[in-house]
Amino acid sequence: MSELKTETMTLNMGPQHPSTHGVFRLKLEVDGEHIVNAEPVMGYLHRGTEKLAENFLYTQFIPYTDRLDYMNAMTNNYIYCSAIEELLEWEIPERAEYLRVITMELNRIASHLVWWGTYLLDIGAMSPFLYAFRDRETILDRLNEISGARMTFTYHRIGGVKWDAPDGWLAKVQETVKELHENIQEFHTLVTGNEIFQARTIGVGILSKEKVINWGLSGPIARGSGVNIDLRKTAPYCIYDRFDFDIPTEKEGDVYARYKVRVAEMFQSLRIIEQACEQIPEGEIITKKGKRIMMIKPPAGEVYRRVEASKGEIGVYAVSNGTNKPYRIKLRRPSFVNVSILQDLLKGESIQNLVAIFGSLDVVLGEVDA
Amino acid sequence: MDVILMVVYAGIVMNLLLGGVTFAILFERKVIGYMQLRPGPNRHGPWGLLQTIADVTKLLMKEDIIPNEADKKIFVLAPVLAFAPAFAVFAVLPFTENLSGADLNIGILYILGVSSITMLGVLMGGWSSNNKYSLLGSIRGIAQMVSYEIPLVLSVLGIIVLVGSLNLRDIVGYQESIGIWFIIPQFLAFIVYFISSIAELNRSPFDLPEAESELVSGYHTEYSGFRFAFFMLAEYTYAIAISALATILFFGGWLGPAFLPGIIWFLLKMAAFMFGWYWLRATLPRARVDHLMNFGWKVLIPLALLNIVITSIIKVWMGG
Repeated sequence: MSELKTETMTLNMGPQHPSTHGVFRLKLEVDGEHIVNAEPVMGYLHRGTEKLAENFLYTQFIPYTDRLDYMNAMTNNYIYCSAIEELLEWEIPERAEYLRVITMELNRIASHLVWWGTYLLDIGAMSPFLYAFRDRETILDRLNEISGARMTFTYHRIGGVKWDAPDGWLAKVQETVKELHENIQEFHTLVTGNEIFQARTIGVGILSKEKVINWGLSGPIARGSGVNIDLRKTAPYCIYDRFDFDIPTEKEGDVYARYKVRVAEMFQSLRIIEQACEQIPEGEIITKKGKRIMMIKPPAGEVYRRVEASKGEIGVYAVSNGTNKPYRIKLRRPSFVNVSILQDLLKGESIQNLVAIFGSLDVVLGEVDA
Repeated sequence: MDVILMVVYAGIVMNLLLGGVTFAILFERKVIGYMQLRPGPNRHGPWGLLQTIADVTKLLMKEDIIPNEADKKIFVLAPVLAFAPAFAVFAVLPFTENLSGADLNIGILYILGVSSITMLGVLMGGWSSNNKYSLLGSIRGIAQMVSYEIPLVLSVLGIIVLVGSLNLRDIVGYQESIGIWFIIPQFLAFIVYFISSIAELNRSPFDLPEAESELVSGYHTEYSGFRFAFFMLAEYTYAIAISALATILFFGGWLGPAFLPGIIWFLLKMAAFMFGWYWLRATLPRARVDHLMNFGWKVLIPLALLNIVITSIIKVWMGG
């Protein structure tokens, strides 16, 4: 009998596919459902963000940072503003720093909630998605009240923040925090212990510590593999050194570990918000110079600044030539770096694991393509 | 004369069935809606009662698209072949003592035999679409349906051993005579039947052939308009058939306290059984192919066999 002849099939996953969360394309070579080779293709959402920056006033670029990782726009606002502030060597009013921390952490929780919901939708459970969005909605309401927008905030400005907290907002935030504590606990009972969920996530998509470091991965992915790096702790920026919180890490490095890290992180963010709401002082919210946007002219020089976004380490490299427009802005986008591991991770997995692994990386295409 | 009667009966059942499917879909969407903190359909008619009708109307008015590269004959035939056997099952189902289809001696055998033709429709639909996702979906579907057909049949065997007949009326009659529904003496069989029915129907958490997040809804990706509606119809008809069979086998069919007529009891029990599916769909994530296969072959089939052995021993011991 002659041997059965089989050949592999090329499967284009994306750019339009429900599990790629945007316009991401995976060129798969599959043998049945078994992936022989995977090649990520990106760039479908490229907008030339970095080049655009060169033609804008310093302040005018802030709205573009909203559209990088649109799930976590507050941190993007912050990293850009703080990089320029470092060039300018400005002191930021205390109250502004607190408002920044509160909004950033609220936004981090919202970002993780979206991840949690959509990830379980990928895995095939529909309900968690709606539970996550219920809680995200309350957070967006709070952010809307302070910044006037639900997702594209442009709330942080060079020199401070745009608006002060409206009356009673802080009390409302504290209430929201309490509510979230209970609701996120509910997530554990709904999903974390589920047999099917555990069977699909434990031992899947294992990333070793070495690989994480060699590929430059960051954020919950790194912490899920036992790399204890969180810039809020290891290189404190803003006023994070004033708060008492932990960095959740897991050793296993599988999809389940990343899941656990993210859920635990939400609780830590709640702790930070609680403390910030109690400590926040009265005072100015933006430096006087920051209000005159035409006059923001950093002295010639360059700066690189990095902070911890919900997806990982986000960095801004800014070069100034002394005019009121940046000479060059370079963005280190965590999703872009994190998604690069995909070609290595997917080899030898099945299509079902692909969805579980890709989802666990938590990439946002606005940030991958910039 | 007989032929005319048969056609009339089929017509009536068909219409009732379409109505049943309409409300089964609405029921599902409402149940899942409430479990997911949302009201479910509520725009068309009071309580959203006309939602499915509106959906079907929309599907009927859509353009009927057959992909250029598709194998046209098979592509057209597949939805029909998926629907026809599911509908044919209703020919023998007894709903009450007086209201039933053909009183067949081998009722169960007929149902289990005819219903397995459904998977041909899945295979043909996936294959002829000439779409890689559809192909993968239908391969998954066939593997799953073949594997889960076995525990489904085996779980029913215990009841047949007890009753000693393949006739559905006899099975309900037996439950009446012993005064207890089979769900209690045949609890193990019920569990096996329940789980394999989910897999057999490709419902969540075993909805792998239709996995939207992976295969973009699998074997019916390329179908649109009424052909798609036919697949949906087939799916829900089969679901109603399976739950009707469960009602007869495990819940004593139309038996119940006399203050309600038998048909109402029958429908209530069916609804309760279907509620179980919907509940699971709202709660559980999707299983993985290999886990699913392992579970079917290594857990469900041995359990079903065990049930047959136990039942036979009891039957002999009771002096059967």
